Amino acid sequence: MNILVCIKQVPDMESKFKINGAGSWYDSGDLAWRMNEYDEYAVEQAVQLKEKTGGDLTVLCIGPERVKETMKKALAMGCDRGVHVADDEFFKKDSFSIAAVIAEFAKTKSFDLIFTGMQSQDRGSGQVGVIIAEMLGIPSVTTIVSFVFDNNTITVKRELEGGLKAVIKAPVPALVTCQLGLNTPRYPTLPNIMKAKKKELLSIPVAELLNVSAHQETTSLFFPEKKGGGLVLEGEAGDVADKLINILKEKTAVLA
Amino acid sequence: MKTLLVAEYREGKLQGSVNDLMAFAQKVGSDAAMFLVGSETDLPKFQGPLYLADVKNCGEYNPDVHKQLLLDTIAKVKPDMVVFSHSSYGWDLAPRLAFALKASQVSEVVDVVDGVPVAPVCNSKLRRKVASKTPVAILTLQAGAFGLSEESTGVPVIEKISTTATGKVEFCGYEQAEMGGVDLTKASVIVSAGRGIGKPENIAIIASLAKALKGEYGASRPVVDAEWAEHNRQVGTTGQTVSPKLYVACGISGAIQHLAGMKKSEFVVAINTDKDAPIGEVADVLVVADLKQFVPILTEKIKAL
Ligand SMILES: Cc1cc2nc3c(=O)[nH]c(=O)nc-3n(C[C@H](O)[C@H](O)[C@H](O)COP(=O)(O)OP(=O)(O)OC[C@H]3O[C@@H](n4cnc5c(N)ncnc54)[C@H](O)[C@@H]3O)c2cc1C
Ligand SMILES: Nc1ncnc2c1ncn2[C@@H]1O[C@H](COP(=O)(O)O)[C@@H](O)[C@H]1O
Repeated sequence: MNILVCIKQVPDMESKFKINGAGSWYDSGDLAWRMNEYDEYAVEQAVQLKEKTGGDLTVLCIGPERVKETMKKALAMGCDRGVHVADDEFFKKDSFSIAAVIAEFAKTKSFDLIFTGMQSQDRGSGQVGVIIAEMLGIPSVTTIVSFVFDNNTITVKRELEGGLKAVIKAPVPALVTCQLGLNTPRYPTLPNIMKAKKKELLSIPVAELLNVSAHQETTSLFFPEKKGGGLVLEGEAGDVADKLINILKEKTAVLA
Repeated sequence: MKTLLVAEYREGKLQGSVNDLMAFAQKVGSDAAMFLVGSETDLPKFQGPLYLADVKNCGEYNPDVHKQLLLDTIAKVKPDMVVFSHSSYGWDLAPRLAFALKASQVSEVVDVVDGVPVAPVCNSKLRRKVASKTPVAILTLQAGAFGLSEESTGVPVIEKISTTATGKVEFCGYEQAEMGGVDLTKASVIVSAGRGIGKPENIAIIASLAKALKGEYGASRPVVDAEWAEHNRQVGTTGQTVSPKLYVACGISGAIQHLAGMKKSEFVVAINTDKDAPIGEVADVLVVADLKQFVPILTEKIKAL
């Protein structure tokens, strides 16, 4: 099996965000970076598949130098090699361009399976995976919460709304986008973290793979207007609890 | 401006998201047509042309089949914009169509300002305006971001469509999640645990507060995915939709998929260490505190009442 998993490095969502000088994206200073949550499930599923069938597993990430830290986690989880597509301006690229770069890399490698997350936590477009598959002309299934590979066929469950799932079969080569809860992503062990340091981590300048122009542009980034306007309580826990109880007595019937 | 609205049908039923699509068309004031793979027995109350493929011939959703039907319809309608809801149907089909049409796609649109769609960034902490550079733009709409103010009464003018296209994947059937046990929809007080509880043992803190308030405890998705709580306690788009008298969100950030399940609650209290957590948008009271300290104190005081 020749497997590819695509991961993105995203900021911790609990960060205090600031807007960059151009007003077009969030400022990247002072942020803690981590692997996109959905991609952790993608990496885990790819590693499990590789453990079952043998073969070779590549992890790919587009971004600046710092994304190598996140790639090392994927290598420590069990990926065999890393391909870092070096791009300091990746945050300006639309999903179509990101997908085009990945498809350009993948088109000559005959991957049997490609795993992506269903969406990135910062951009949330949910497009990159499907577009890669369309560009490569292979079937794709989105939002999977169960994955089985057998006899060159994948059988997956696609999550729909309200607890409903659709069971889908597709021949390989194929691409799947992974949803939360697909599996239990492993924590890299210390020996595996050490081993990962010796694994191949190749860098390719993005210009070598980019041959499309963007379909869209983020013209401005801003904070949403606060419309909730609820009461904010801070301070010593006992006092706050008393205040909250008074509010509940006044505004609701639950303490009556 | 011409808009094609893509309605959704599943297991013999037109999906309610069609109202979001019609509200959107009303808001941007466009000349709209609608597309549906469905049935004449359950038609949208849409005043305008409806391009209708019969689900009996097409089967349940298959991406390539629906993509071809849409491409044929688009060739006739020549829309400037194609609009889906940001649902499992929309986010699966829209990028396939966008690729075929070489069109820009903006996902999870929450607003349109001066004709430019606005989409959330970073769990709704930020917003961005996205300008499309292609002749056709494709949008998927966040559920509930555009809602009809009144029930529509339109009658569509049907034009039947069909295709011989087949799919690359095979649909083998549906599977319904097992329900049973606690029924959150009947609880008048729900105290929910989010990832902020940190470890499974802390469910007990949340359950105690729920008990003191004579309610049930619920959970956000990561807590259920980690098997710290059963699936029937999950609140949100892929769990339960609840509307209790009081909803207490403990260590829950307030992602849209969670909000969708609880925003109709009468009174909402959030307990969170992050003052900027998006749950603040729907909370009547936001307590900025560590739940591990605050919740036990609150519980004791309530028990002592
Ligand atoms: C298609 C789809 C469907 C989904 N369906 C659902 C669904 O049905 N239900 C659902 O809930 N989610 C759903 N999700 C997931 C959703 O997007 C979020 O990932 C999820 O709701 C986040 O859960 P959380 O708020 O518990 O965790 P996080 O987003 O990680 O938030 C944890 C919060 O806890 C706070 N915190 C941390 N420590 C403490 C402490 N000691 N005291 C107080 N606060 C603390 C943090 O500040 C943060 O705000 C879905 C996602 C997708 C893509
Ligand atoms: N910069 C990137 N590098 C590698 N993979 C990416 C990148 N951006 C997005 N992806 C992949 O595409 C998925 C969907 O992202 P998006 O379309 O931005 O929501 C992510 O979960 C990743 O698997």
